[in-house]
Amino acid sequence: MADGHQHPIEHRFNPYAENGGTVLAIAGADFAVIAGDTRQTEGYSIQTRYAPKVFKLTDRAVLAVNGFQADCSEFVKRVMQRIEWYRHAHSKQMPLKAIARMIQTMLYGKRFFPYYTYNILGGIEEDGTGAVYSFDPVGSYEREACRAAGAASSLIQPFLDNQIYFKNQTPAPGAAPFVPGNLPIDVVLPIVIDSFTSATERHIEVGDGLEMFVVVAKGRDVSQLASLNAEEIPATNPGEERVFIVRRELKKD
Amino acid sequence: MDHFPLSWGRPRNEAVDLYSTYPIHERQRHGQQHDAFAEGVQRTQQPLVTGTSVLALKYKDGIMMAADCLASYGSLARFKDITRLHAVGQYTLIGAGGDMSDFQYLQHLLNDLMIDEYTSDDGHKLGPDEIYHYLSQVMYARRTKMNPLWNTMLVGGFKDGQSFMGYVDLLGTTYTASTLASGYGAYIAQPLLRKAVEGRETTLTEEQARAIIQECMKVLFYRDARSLNKYQIATVTERGVEIGDAISSDTEWAFAEKIAGYGGQP
Amino acid sequence: MSVDVFRKGGFDFSNARRNAFLEGKGMPLPKATSTGTTIVGCIYADGIVLGADTRATEGPIVADKNCEKIHYITDNIRCCGAGTAADTEYTTAMISSNMELHALSTGRQPRVATAMTMLKQYLFRYQGHVGAALVLGGVDPTGPQLFTIHPHGSVDKLPYVTMGSGSLAAMAVFETTWRAGMTREEAIQLVAAAISAGIFNDLGSGSNVDVCVITKDKTDMLRNYEMPNQRVEKERKYGFRRGTTAWKSESIRSLIASETVVPVAQLVTDEMDIS
Repeated sequence: MADGHQHPIEHRFNPYAENGGTVLAIAGADFAVIAGDTRQTEGYSIQTRYAPKVFKLTDRAVLAVNGFQADCSEFVKRVMQRIEWYRHAHSKQMPLKAIARMIQTMLYGKRFFPYYTYNILGGIEEDGTGAVYSFDPVGSYEREACRAAGAASSLIQPFLDNQIYFKNQTPAPGAAPFVPGNLPIDVVLPIVIDSFTSATERHIEVGDGLEMFVVVAKGRDVSQLASLNAEEIPATNPGEERVFIVRRELKKD
Repeated sequence: MDHFPLSWGRPRNEAVDLYSTYPIHERQRHGQQHDAFAEGVQRTQQPLVTGTSVLALKYKDGIMMAADCLASYGSLARFKDITRLHAVGQYTLIGAGGDMSDFQYLQHLLNDLMIDEYTSDDGHKLGPDEIYHYLSQVMYARRTKMNPLWNTMLVGGFKDGQSFMGYVDLLGTTYTASTLASGYGAYIAQPLLRKAVEGRETTLTEEQARAIIQECMKVLFYRDARSLNKYQIATVTERGVEIGDAISSDTEWAFAEKIAGYGGQP
Repeated sequence: MSVDVFRKGGFDFSNARRNAFLEGKGMPLPKATSTGTTIVGCIYADGIVLGADTRATEGPIVADKNCEKIHYITDNIRCCGAGTAADTEYTTAMISSNMELHALSTGRQPRVATAMTMLKQYLFRYQGHVGAALVLGGVDPTGPQLFTIHPHGSVDKLPYVTMGSGSLAAMAVFETTWRAGMTREEAIQLVAAAISAGIFNDLGSGSNVDVCVITKDKTDMLRNYEMPNQRVEKERKYGFRRGTTAWKSESIRSLIASETVVPVAQLVTDEMDIS
């Protein structure tokens, strides 16, 4: 042959795919919001307009997972199984920070054939504070006030840095310094909604629907959630932490 | 994006290019750029005798699915009387595209599973949801062993008054929706199915559903070069799984007689 | 050894080779904006209807939410472009210019086949490196004409055509509902439905529907004929308090300059020689 293709072309199998979508989580003083869109894509096609990416694990822990869908659902399935085993072994629900450490070991356990998943864990710690833990695909993790992951993370994270961490904002003269992680819920939820409607405008893989899980600490007032048509997910232990879900439509183009 | 218009409308991911839609000589230039993990990945296989699209939709009484009767060998229309729809028990139907020998292996696997279930005689019957999860676990396990079963499958069913429809592929990717289409059907038929079905899942009659499916199969025959105008329609309803005989659509080519040449010719 | 000082006939691809070499050395070509697009055209009883979506993309990012993909060629000819945005815009603008010159030179209304020939010859010359995929339509003294032109220079002549990443979705709509001899209203509705199929099913296409109707006597550009994807109002206002941005030093300068204007006439002493 003249050039180029002397060798037969190797048709190698790629065990990974990228299924679009975006997730984020924000912690408050005594609540956490964990949200994700519901579009699942492959290339330029929409596979489905409703594929949940955010899952309730316990009464005080919610996991958002994004990346390669087959790995995501496999990983969530295994996390839920380990959490159930913990409950049977210890007669109590697994604490949030313990779930976070377990997710690290599970991810690192596949260090050389990783789960192609970006995880964000949100919920209430044992001391009653709202918390967000974010992970990379091989298990590096950190507790933060907020985090965005997935297709539009590079669009949303700078926005959250500015609005949640108050980056590039100086307080008014004489005013108290900004403290991240203390915003009220009626500020946080609009920021989450605006993050997703804006990402839908500018990222082709984000859209169709939005699911926001709100985990609130024991005894916290939830009257603000009523106006948002929040639906409560029945708790295993009533009277402790509560989990609500708020749904919104996103653009479908 | 891929600036090469010849690559448009084709699967962007070469791993699911089931029908060899990339011309082989173009693959290196315009195929999927490999991701960070691709370098460490070993060879496997490629599909030989392949089936093309499968379509499915939900309607008032259950679900309807269709697939044509062709098994291609590359660009050769090799076998023209193949059934790509397969009943699993009395509640579930699967339709497969991609490699036909892998599909026959899966049929075998599912038959074994159903025999095991039957002999256990525990009064429990596997429904479409269980079959779907079983299949997705088989497919995901095989991709993890870097030895995939080269198929895309639609699972449909009806049990205890509930319809079910799901998609599984060689990577173990899964999803559910009220309209599903694999292969070229995802590009050509899915837009038509969504427009006709979304919001009408509980009101569409069997006749209406059949008309929608037949229209989509006709358009696929017009535009998918690996398709055949001979296909089967199956339903899963309260009556169980019913796979119909092969039928064909009336096609229309009269407009072609008015076209002369490709350019300035009158 | 003899060196050829005269260039032989044929194509010169030394630039393409140089670019491939540089890419191998880790200097890829700059990324261009592309119109991962749905564009369509169809013939009806009195002329042509063209349609396009309005999304322009850069990878997975939307670069322009309301761009115009139906380009002007002449008063009676329009051309929809898909592919590399710069190539479609430049190519159609250049052909538009040449068509005007051609019309002035011949003194006749220019024909669609002329524009088609100029476009395909231009694209063939660049062997696909000019990434323009076009739908060309218009009405001339020979009647309504509709073509697609592929980046390598091949041409299709059909009563209904589609191009771009949403072409399969749009073609499916045409295959189910097109018939010969539709009315203007029916044709517009069909084209809008075909574009909508691309907008809602193909991620490379989105935002609004542009339609252009060309008849023997006039051309109607129906820009943003449908707008099914308006953004909802934001939940919050994101204004910042004056003084939010920190600064390290401050210096204020006056930008008002004073100047004296002397009229030129006062400087001229003699009368200008205008003989």
